[in-house]
Amino acid sequence: MAEQTHIRAAAPEPSARPDAAVVRDALGVGVAVGLSGFAFGVTSAGSGLTLLQTCALSLLVFTGASQFALVGALAAGGNPLMAAAGAFFLGVRNAFYGLRLSQLLRLPRAVRPLAAHWVIDETSAVALAQPDRRAARLGFTVTGLSLYVLWNLTTLLGALGAAALGDPGAWGLDAAGPAVFLALLAPMLRTTAERATAGLAVVLALVCHPLLPAGVPVLVAALAAPVVLALHGRRTGRGDSARGGAVSERAAGDHKEGER
Amino acid sequence: MSTWIAIGVTAAGCYLVKLLGLSVPAGALERPGIKRLAALLPVALLAALIAIQTFGEPGGHAPALDARAAGLGGAALALVLRAPFLVVVAVAVLLTAGARALGG
Repeated sequence: MAEQTHIRAAAPEPSARPDAAVVRDALGVGVAVGLSGFAFGVTSAGSGLTLLQTCALSLLVFTGASQFALVGALAAGGNPLMAAAGAFFLGVRNAFYGLRLSQLLRLPRAVRPLAAHWVIDETSAVALAQPDRRAARLGFTVTGLSLYVLWNLTTLLGALGAAALGDPGAWGLDAAGPAVFLALLAPMLRTTAERATAGLAVVLALVCHPLLPAGVPVLVAALAAPVVLALHGRRTGRGDSARGGAVSERAAGDHKEGER
Repeated sequence: MSTWIAIGVTAAGCYLVKLLGLSVPAGALERPGIKRLAALLPVALLAALIAIQTFGEPGGHAPALDARAAGLGGAALALVLRAPFLVVVAVAVLLTAGARALGG
């Protein structure tokens, strides 16, 4: 990222970032993350989903954290709707990427339904890092295409390979899901509120896990977000937001906009 | 069949929120409170999923410390050392397999 800032600073006009540099960045992300579809394929097949179900998830859901969450909850014997709810709530963040991308990319109305399927962590990260619209569109498209093709291919290979591997637990592949989550979570833990939310969520999840049906503890733990936000808002709101536990917009505004 | 229902609901829900983000006029979801909540929600969900999939035992048993914890510890270390995404996942898988082979 530092390299990009440097290029932008050195360039006389904003559109000067070479296409090749954008494509290189985009392919780097697309290929690296695309390959981890293998871990998803193996995990999903090991969780008892059929080949068709596993591939349908990568083709139709195409947002990794939600996919891992869904197969994890189903493997634990969770109610399918509870499992879907957990996966859905994880996917909600993509709406906020879309919000920022729509202003940046200015996509024609007809293209939006197609482009929407590719609005995920990685495509947003690459597009938002570009200095202008042309580079952002190119970065979004190349990342989306390479990641979509590879993620689905490696999902298929992983699901096929899982049968040959036998019990995924014996190979340590059951650790792939939580490791993917950890890699996604780590860059999000910057402020006190974020760390407090993560800590409270872990406690809630582990306390609820032996007591509630599979899939439910994750939804209970999601409450850590509004709870921390309300407490944090009350602490920094200094009197003007004493209206119960209502989320203080002022407190939220205290955080830098560019943070996310 | 219930697995297909879960897949269908997840696929439809996840697609619709993506499309919603691209389609709503700017400003509709721009309230700071909503943005903060949207930023914190994945933090809570990911942290909970990590805890359950690392320490949870299927079948309602109390959380346990086993080979997966060693794998995730290694992944955390790899992240601190700024290892690439795939390396982080590979470290977790290999350490978990290794710990299990040693009888963990």
